[in-house]
Amino acid sequence: MDPEYLFSEAPRRQVFITGSEAVAEAVKRANVDIAIAYPITPQSESMHLVGDLYDQGYLKDYYRGENEFAVMAAVHGASLGGGRVFTATSGPGTLRAMEMFPVWAGSRQPVVCAFMCRGVSLPPSIQPENIEMAMLLDVGMLMFHAEDAQDFLDMILKAYAVAEQPDVHLPVGVFADGFFVTHTRSAVLLPPDDLKLAAYDPRRAPVPTFDMETPPIRLVRDPLLNKSNFISYAANASWHQEIAAAAERARKHIRRYMGGLLEVEDPAAVVFLAASGTAVSQSREAIKVLRAEGIRVGLIKIMSIRPFPVREIEAVTAHADLIVVPEFNIGGWLAREIKAAIDNNRRVVGGPRVFGGMTMPTELIVNEVRNALSRPGTRQPGMRAGI
Amino acid sequence: MSTKIITPVAEFAELLPQEYKDLVARGPHGGRRSVRDLGTFKEIVDEHPHCAGCGVALAVRLLAAALPSPADTLIVGTPGCSFFSLVQTALNYSNTAFGNQNAVAAGLKRMLAIRFPQVHKDVVVVAGDGGIADIGLDMTLHSWFRREKITTVMLDNEVYANTGGQESGMSRLGRVLNMAPRGKLFPKIPVFELAKVSGCVYGARVTVAGPYRLGRVVRNAVLLARELGPTYVQVYAPCPTNMKFPPDQTLKAAKEAEKDHYSFEEFMSTEAAEYLARLKTAPEEREEAPEPAKP
Ligand SMILES: Cc1ncc(C[n+]2csc(CCOP(=O)(O)OP(=O)(O)O)c2C)c(N)n1
Ligand SMILES: [Mg+2]
Repeated sequence: MDPEYLFSEAPRRQVFITGSEAVAEAVKRANVDIAIAYPITPQSESMHLVGDLYDQGYLKDYYRGENEFAVMAAVHGASLGGGRVFTATSGPGTLRAMEMFPVWAGSRQPVVCAFMCRGVSLPPSIQPENIEMAMLLDVGMLMFHAEDAQDFLDMILKAYAVAEQPDVHLPVGVFADGFFVTHTRSAVLLPPDDLKLAAYDPRRAPVPTFDMETPPIRLVRDPLLNKSNFISYAANASWHQEIAAAAERARKHIRRYMGGLLEVEDPAAVVFLAASGTAVSQSREAIKVLRAEGIRVGLIKIMSIRPFPVREIEAVTAHADLIVVPEFNIGGWLAREIKAAIDNNRRVVGGPRVFGGMTMPTELIVNEVRNALSRPGTRQPGMRAGI
Repeated sequence: MSTKIITPVAEFAELLPQEYKDLVARGPHGGRRSVRDLGTFKEIVDEHPHCAGCGVALAVRLLAAALPSPADTLIVGTPGCSFFSLVQTALNYSNTAFGNQNAVAAGLKRMLAIRFPQVHKDVVVVAGDGGIADIGLDMTLHSWFRREKITTVMLDNEVYANTGGQESGMSRLGRVLNMAPRGKLFPKIPVFELAKVSGCVYGARVTVAGPYRLGRVVRNAVLLARELGPTYVQVYAPCPTNMKFPPDQTLKAAKEAEKDHYSFEEFMSTEAAEYLARLKTAPEEREEAPEPAKP
């Protein structure tokens, strides 16, 4: 079946479900061969539900692994074997498994992993926070950030479609802020129950499948790893470059399936809130408050963190005076990314930032915008575009 | 894999490197080869950059010759010296993060079982003592607890050879090594004993000084893993470079170890014993000839 039919054309029915349930609804339609799980809050519930799907025959294999590093390694092995895999984790689990993510990318495997982001110790916190995303920015996988349960469902399904393109064939992490998305109910539009993605086809992979069905005659003579010469460095470097190039080639597929790497509301505004994940929802609320006060603010919702929509952000903000970036982490990785993408980055204000389980009340964002507008020399937007 | 896959069309045959042609014409993929046939067929591992006298290199050569069906064998390894030769074999060989081998092998085996329900795809872990007993011990044991149908082969040189001679959990008590400046303070980790109580249906402890025996136990282990569950082979593969003995003394070191802490031992479940007994009654599986005379 054409994945686009499943994604956008098939009639959908509205249900009122949690983000964890939305994950399971995605996996149910993703034709996954093997899922491997390890418990951690707030991820666990979704992988329980995936276990139920296995029990009902939607998956061919499923088990609880011994730790996240082992799970990500087992998922790697399963993917090497030429099938479709799924797993998920959160915060400390992400960090425990860290060494495997560049391995997935380096071996060009279209693993899809959901990350239900949470705090990492110390001090300990199981609460929503997406600092782990900062640590994954350069592991080589594609990264999508879901705003809500609907996004989480759609992005997981679409992640497979993007990941498995022969000219991409890279892992995709689909991120959502834990609890806010996983543990709250919202209206979600579900594609029909009887539709699913076509099975993974290993013959479309740009690298040989690890099944002894492709002539496995001596891959190398003299392992490059142990040579100290230019040729070996150049071979290594060109492989890295090819992974980066594959991520670049993903852009067109992301545009096709997700409608773009970002979404913009009120593009003519001169003040923007730019955010990803739950911070987008909070920004929507803040924008209503600001508008009521006579301050016109546009919204940039960034859906693809890797590849990062550099050109799109440049274009949208070309005429902007102020870009405020609220985030659920202490590091401010999204503000850094945006600052690195655009000209005159004094226009970017990184904040507000909440972490450790703190919520992001609308007033926090509203105040950040007001304070930024009161900086000397900042043009006041009013309700009209200041082009 | 059918040998047809590697057989070139006539137009290309002459263009291929000699070693490819040899592999097609006289490789191990068609008929049954064993350690006893070494020297008469094109091996799946031949050249390698290991040190002179390397026990690991010898073990890799022997076990590669012993695989019951190399055309459908996938080797999962991990950083360590065995990488040097395994990466050059005519087999699919995976080597990623240090210590993850049994987890990778478990996922791989399960996927291959789904994709090839009619074919035995043998997944064999081949890794060093550090990889299996230290950094990867949890994954080694858990693959056994879960009864994954894979074979684990430890090439035990009793040291982290690849990184320059540091103490491993399998080093002997009292050995002075890098990172053990006062000698190792605890005995070898009893991985072989752990295998018995952790779900392995078959295990064998051998050294590179007994090539036929090594071949026989590897073959048993791989065949039993197909049918019954996890199997384990622990091979003593001495390292002249780090243990600082002359490279022509490797077999001697292994022989001495056999008389000491590396005596031959084999265990198997009742089902494994029955399975092997059934195999032996097949004419092509007669008991191996005695070991060759000492050099
Ligand atoms: C996470 C990680 N830690 C450490 C290393 C460094 N390392 C590579 S090989 C190796 C030792 C391998 O020892 P062993 O498993 O006994 O194999 P041998 O080289 O002795 O055959 C070490 C420590 C690594 N590659 N990755
Ligand atoms: Mg060693």
